[in-house]
Amino acid sequence: MGRCGGDRQAEHLPTRWPQLLDPGTLEAVVLTMGSKQTVFTREQLEEYQDCTFFTRKEIMRLFYRYQDLAPQLVPLDYTGCPAVKVPYELIGSMPELKDNPFRQRIAQVFSDDGDGHMTLDNFLDMFSVMSEMAPRDLKAYYAFKIYDFNNDDYICAWDLEQTVTRLTRGELSAEEVSLVCEKVLDEADSDHDGRLSLEDFRNMILRAPDFLSTFHIRI
Amino acid sequence: MSPPPKGLEEEGDRSEKRASSKQAPKAEGLAGRHGAQPGQKEGGRGSPRPGLPRRKQTEYRSRHEELRRQERSPAARPGEARRKRGMDGRASTKKQRAPSKDKAVLGKEDSRKQLKNPRSSSLASSTSGGESLSEEELAQILEQVEEKKKLIATMRNKPWPMAKKLTELREAQAFVEKYEGALGKGKGKRLYAYRMLVAKKWVKFKRDFDNFKTQCIPWEMKIKDIESHFGSSVASYFIFLRWMYGVNLVLFGLIFGLVIIPEVLMGVPYGSIPRKTVPRAEEEKAMDFSVLWDFEGYIKYSALFYGYYNNQRTIGWLRYRLPMAYFMVGVSVFGYSLMIVIRSMASNTQGSTGEGESENFTFSFKMFTSWDYLIGNSETADNKYASITTSFKESIVDEQESNKEENVHLTRFLRVLANFLIICCLCGSGYLIYFVVKRSQEFSKMQNVSWYERNEVEIVMSLLGMFCPPLFETIAALENYHPRIGLKWQLGRIFALFLGNLYTFLLALMDDVHLKLSNEATIKNITHWTLFNYYNSSGWNESVPRPPLHPADVPRGPCWETAVGIEFMRLTVSDMLVTYITILLGDFVRACFVRFMNYCWCWDLEAGFPSYAEFDISGNVLGLIFNQGMIWMGSFYAPGLVGINVLRLLTSMYLQCWAVMSSNVPHERVFKASRSNNFYMGLLLLVLFLSLLPVAYTIMSLPPSFDCGPFSGKNRMYDVLHETIENDFPTFLGKIFAFLANPGLIIPAILLMFLAIYYLNSVSKSLSRANAQLRKKIQVLREVEKSHKSVKNRATDRDSGDTPQSSSKTGTQLQITKAEPTSHSASQSQALDKKARGAGPSSPASGTLLPASQHLSGSQPPRVGPDSGKALSHTHPWRSASGKHVQRPPH
Repeated sequence: MGRCGGDRQAEHLPTRWPQLLDPGTLEAVVLTMGSKQTVFTREQLEEYQDCTFFTRKEIMRLFYRYQDLAPQLVPLDYTGCPAVKVPYELIGSMPELKDNPFRQRIAQVFSDDGDGHMTLDNFLDMFSVMSEMAPRDLKAYYAFKIYDFNNDDYICAWDLEQTVTRLTRGELSAEEVSLVCEKVLDEADSDHDGRLSLEDFRNMILRAPDFLSTFHIRI
Repeated sequence: MSPPPKGLEEEGDRSEKRASSKQAPKAEGLAGRHGAQPGQKEGGRGSPRPGLPRRKQTEYRSRHEELRRQERSPAARPGEARRKRGMDGRASTKKQRAPSKDKAVLGKEDSRKQLKNPRSSSLASSTSGGESLSEEELAQILEQVEEKKKLIATMRNKPWPMAKKLTELREAQAFVEKYEGALGKGKGKRLYAYRMLVAKKWVKFKRDFDNFKTQCIPWEMKIKDIESHFGSSVASYFIFLRWMYGVNLVLFGLIFGLVIIPEVLMGVPYGSIPRKTVPRAEEEKAMDFSVLWDFEGYIKYSALFYGYYNNQRTIGWLRYRLPMAYFMVGVSVFGYSLMIVIRSMASNTQGSTGEGESENFTFSFKMFTSWDYLIGNSETADNKYASITTSFKESIVDEQESNKEENVHLTRFLRVLANFLIICCLCGSGYLIYFVVKRSQEFSKMQNVSWYERNEVEIVMSLLGMFCPPLFETIAALENYHPRIGLKWQLGRIFALFLGNLYTFLLALMDDVHLKLSNEATIKNITHWTLFNYYNSSGWNESVPRPPLHPADVPRGPCWETAVGIEFMRLTVSDMLVTYITILLGDFVRACFVRFMNYCWCWDLEAGFPSYAEFDISGNVLGLIFNQGMIWMGSFYAPGLVGINVLRLLTSMYLQCWAVMSSNVPHERVFKASRSNNFYMGLLLLVLFLSLLPVAYTIMSLPPSFDCGPFSGKNRMYDVLHETIENDFPTFLGKIFAFLANPGLIIPAILLMFLAIYYLNSVSKSLSRANAQLRKKIQVLREVEKSHKSVKNRATDRDSGDTPQSSSKTGTQLQITKAEPTSHSASQSQALDKKARGAGPSSPASGTLLPASQHLSGSQPPRVGPDSGKALSHTHPWRSASGKHVQRPPH
């Protein structure tokens, strides 16, 4: 049990009857029935702990936060790994995200299909990357994806304009915005191709003194 | 406490724990179970399913085979097991099959490593060779286990979606579980885990403590608020104000705790001796408010002023040496202030050198790191938007300033003109003060003078301080400096104005003091005569001793120290009042007027003439600095002055915060404060030094008053030191002090100090030169790297386009070529190359995917090893997650 996340990709179908009939799996389910947590099996929790920066408690809290977003949608039993997605409208209204100018991008980057609708795995992924413990490289990688609005693996001038506009709520004039974008490209574009590659971005962001402290969501 | 290593450590910790916990049942299974049982367990983890890729299934089966094989051998350690297996025939027949399985396993591992490890395959094939190579195989497996463990430990650092992470994790775990128990790892694990736990707790505690510390900083939110609305320059004033408040609190603690409290608790009470009693002539009016307001009457004869203190060597049952304490506190006020100012200057410069790198990325950092993702409150978010906009504007102004080219001659002429005008203003104000001070000396000789005539000097000084800075600012508009430089000029000019005023005032005060000193001799005689006559006069019953003269009736000297203290006290209070009234009238009333009269006025008040006030940074900073200067000068003569100043700073913090938020508008040209506010600190240091001079002069060369203060009766104030050394220290110490005070020793010491300063200065210069050179070198290196990279990029682009198979060393690239079979024609890569060179705008996603990967593969050195696969998947997690064909090419 608990391997649904990985295998759904391969299976495409929630055909887990053979899995359930498997004696080992049954054992795990029975075991967890007795204990307090019926949401995840112990193994699932262990695996989540290995794959995120959270402790067991935090994972449970995150799950309940997730569940609270759409109580009628999300089941309280995740041992069967239901393929549930919470729509972006609900994700974006979380207090941690609702004031963030990039909330839509964040949700899109972490969702499976780029539409912002999130499964629990996506949700955990997102907050794991944004957690305090996540290393610089990981954060830099996802920050790059967040600022890459058109998903073309480069931060181009248009992406930069989007970023500035969102950061300032459009209070800068067009010339100012283009000046800022020009300056950013001038500073960080090391191979002079007029856009920032991941390498450029990483080079730049790893020197930023307060990147770690700002690219961080506490939950 | 940098998170990444910590995360890794924790990782390792957790994985270790997990490994150890899982190891036991696994080993048991290995030893006890037979046949299909282990397969069952395995099936619970990853049973072959209909949709599973073929490769996975084979791998799975091969694992089972291997497991079974291991279980048949009774010994736990595989090396031994193999050796035994080599002996019995059944196993050897098995082994005929085993190598191929082994190869399958290892081959799969290799395929994950992009077939980069030829050694592994050779090893795998060599397993058929027999027992001689089993050690090597063991090492091989060990290596793989380590690798897997590392993967498990760093799983959460991988930028993969959760599903992929889970799969990878399970595979790795299964592998580790299978082999680790057999390898007998895990000594000292417990200790390691414990150490990790302690380290984690310690880091957590430190972080909590830091959080707590930042919470303890007062007014942080207020200042952040102001910063977000008005920019860092206005906030820098408030930060300075807060710092000043802290310094004053310490000074207040020193003076209050070591001088005022002991005197109040243990000294002779009020009214017992002449210096602690209001004289008979002043008694009737001593409680009037108008008198108290001028710090006369009861306040003058209180512990707030120098004159109240008695010259008794020790007071109370503690035998507290009050005169000595008074002297030492006076010295340490200056010592502490000097130390703290210089220390903060030093730390500021240190901080500024550390941030040299970020100069290169001003805009990038602003764009990508300025939003605080922690913000979860719409009001704060509004502020943040405002502050980000402001900071962008600041940087844009900076940028435009640096690019501007203008008529140099006109600017130069205007600047000279402006300076001339300002010098005229300064001379005028200096003369005005001189004139007023002279007049006030005349007034002081006259008898009944009006309130205005008494306070003329203060009023004129306050008015000058109020009206000159705006005048300077108007004149400075001619100069057209960058606001930050303009602010420095403005600060310098106002500084000159205030300094002139202060020193004129001080000279006048000095005149006064000298006058009082010359009068003192006669008064001293009069006092003696009065007392002498009083006790020796006839007409009193000789048998009964006369009661002592009532202290209020004893004639007094002028006590110049208290007079100086009162002057400073009055100056401080009037300064404070003028500041507050200016804020209320100039900012608040004006803002109200503009705001509410705008409805019924004939022109637009908000945009037009009066408009709202801007926050006057330079004037406020200098006001603060000079106020502090007065505190430093006056605190020796009026110990209560610091207390008043603390109150003043506290109220002005709240009042100004309120005023700036309610009735000021941000500067039209918002600008960033210079990184270190060392300019303020430099001014403060100068003022500190200048205020040290008069105090040192009075201590060292003026005789203290004969009938008031802790040093009365001594020739000079510092005699209290001699006295203490002689009476309280052993004689040899006295000798040592006398020896140390010898000019023959002091002059060489000063010389030595100069030499040290010279030496350190030259060292620091050479170091900074070396620093600059290194930085230049790095810059050059980076440039070279860049050009090299782009050239190489282009070359590999073409290479791969023409002959994908030819470049054997760039294996990663080969992978990509296979992964994207659609996009490889030479013409396309040429086109992309052109685009890359032309730095054109972005193109649709599908077209640019290819150069991204190529760029990356080109930038990273083609590694021959397990890492390249990881690096690749690192760069393409989304693709590898969805399709998996990048990682596992159909070989």
